[in-house]
Amino acid sequence: MKLVTAVVRKERLNDVLAALFEASIYGVTVTPVRGHGGEREAVQTYRGMSVKMELIEKVRLDIGVTEAFVEPAVDAILRGARTGEVGDGKIFVLPVDRVVRIRTGETDGAAVTPQAQPG
Amino acid sequence: MRRHDPTTERRSAPAAPRRRKTLLGAGMRVMPRALAGLAMPAGLAPVALAAEPPATTGPVAGMAAGDLAWMMASTALVLLMVVGLAFFYGGLVRRKNVLNTMMMSFVALGVVGLTFAAVGYSLAFAPGSAWLGGLAHVFLRGLGTAGASGADSLPALLAFAFQATFAMISAALISGAVVERMRFGAYMLVIALWSVVVYAPLAKWVWGGGFLQQLGALDFAGGTVVHINAGVAAAVLALLLGRRRDYGRKAMLPHQVPYTLLGAGLLWFGWFGFNAGSAQAADATAVLAFVNTLLAPAASLVVWALLDMARGGRVTAVGIATGMVVGLVAITPAAGFVGPAAALAIGALAALPSYLLMLWRARSRLDDALDVFAAHGVGGISGALLTGVFASRAWGAPVDGSLAQLGVQALAVACALGFSAVGTLAVAGLVGLLTPLRADPGIEAQGLDVGMHGEEAYTDGEGALLLPVARLEPRTPAVPNAARSEA
Repeated sequence: MKLVTAVVRKERLNDVLAALFEASIYGVTVTPVRGHGGEREAVQTYRGMSVKMELIEKVRLDIGVTEAFVEPAVDAILRGARTGEVGDGKIFVLPVDRVVRIRTGETDGAAVTPQAQPG
Repeated sequence: MRRHDPTTERRSAPAAPRRRKTLLGAGMRVMPRALAGLAMPAGLAPVALAAEPPATTGPVAGMAAGDLAWMMASTALVLLMVVGLAFFYGGLVRRKNVLNTMMMSFVALGVVGLTFAAVGYSLAFAPGSAWLGGLAHVFLRGLGTAGASGADSLPALLAFAFQATFAMISAALISGAVVERMRFGAYMLVIALWSVVVYAPLAKWVWGGGFLQQLGALDFAGGTVVHINAGVAAAVLALLLGRRRDYGRKAMLPHQVPYTLLGAGLLWFGWFGFNAGSAQAADATAVLAFVNTLLAPAASLVVWALLDMARGGRVTAVGIATGMVVGLVAITPAAGFVGPAAALAIGALAALPSYLLMLWRARSRLDDALDVFAAHGVGGISGALLTGVFASRAWGAPVDGSLAQLGVQALAVACALGFSAVGTLAVAGLVGLLTPLRADPGIEAQGLDVGMHGEEAYTDGEGALLLPVARLEPRTPAVPNAARSEA
């Protein structure tokens, strides 16, 4: 059991989702986040005030997968999110102790979708 | 006479002598004309309602239906400016203070509406000395719907209503300087007193036959009385109140720039009533003021955009909204006195001083939060002075622009600056003795919406539990707000 967490550009979210769905990965949680990375800062101006926006808006995806789906998930995110410019984001793969599907009480491998081995 | 012959009017627009040529009236707003009507016996109006049916049920004697219709529409348009101002200001503050900020404009409709009806109008326009009007029209005594005595005159009550909306917007303008930190009750008291003690005398001086009018100062629609006055009052109040705690420490960004654009658009729309309505008739002067109100902001908007471009390489939304307003402010004193080309010049020229002052102000210690002084004070001064330069008899001004007229304009500006500063200081100082002017630091950090009004502008209601019994506990938010506080 792994948790694949990715922080990607907002504008690439649809591409990432499409790539994940192609890889038969349907269970995903998406959260708007803000963070600081290596990007050039954006400057905004309001009348006499100029401000440097240090926090850039991104989206974060959390995907619980069985071991067999870790690589497909990572590949799909890479395909969908990469532009080649600074600021494309990160992917983290974390170990997961336990997963419970609330509706049925199923645990671990049975609690995440899909469960089958990749084609 | 011209007004009843449209063909003559159209043909004669640029060169024909205007009807408002009395020396005293000096072409300014024709308040003398309305005043003539007020000479009717005090107390007549209530009687007239019953005794003179033609005056209240039929056409108003002396004034064409078109003029009446335009003046009522203009009054409503000026009222709409207050709503526009609420959105203009509301968009520029942080989300935790947007309700408080917008309410500061809206509450002026009520507070100043009352004070102006009670005494303000009388002090400005009832017969009195050259410095202050009398008390003849306290609580609108003696004002009726009948046309004033002479032909061609505005019904006294309508004259009041039109003037009242000017007093409302003036008071509301001040609020932009004190947002995000002033106690609401103290603010209501300040504008109530200010509308009587500061606004009414100045209106008397410039429009009510007071000494500035006698000197020949030109102010077609209120550059001095409304904008310079409110701009100075705003700066004084901001100084007296002190800076917001976050000022200079945190970036305080506009939370809803589209509101600001919407507000600026509504202001422009309403300003047609403000300026063209100041002709006090649907006539050639109104047409000129109307067109100038279209042209000057167009010019200032473009110049502002170019200044933005030169400074930061980009045209900003807040910038063009501000540029529009500055152009409107600047054309206000000149609207019925200058030709359209001069209106373009006034708009274009007025942009730079306000733009530069805004740049300076943001780096200064003066927390005039929404730059009321830069936009209205400085814009008003630019407009008042440029009126002395561009005024043209060919377009209906009582005098041509000249160095002497520029001097008169400068004198009027100086009088307005000085009187408004001293008067506002006195009013706010007095209120400050009675009750604290500033919100306490906890409420300022939390936001005035929740802290002072117990409301939020943007909430989805998640986590809000219905209380079993409706209890109102003043100053205590119903839901603990520790998490929302910034402190």
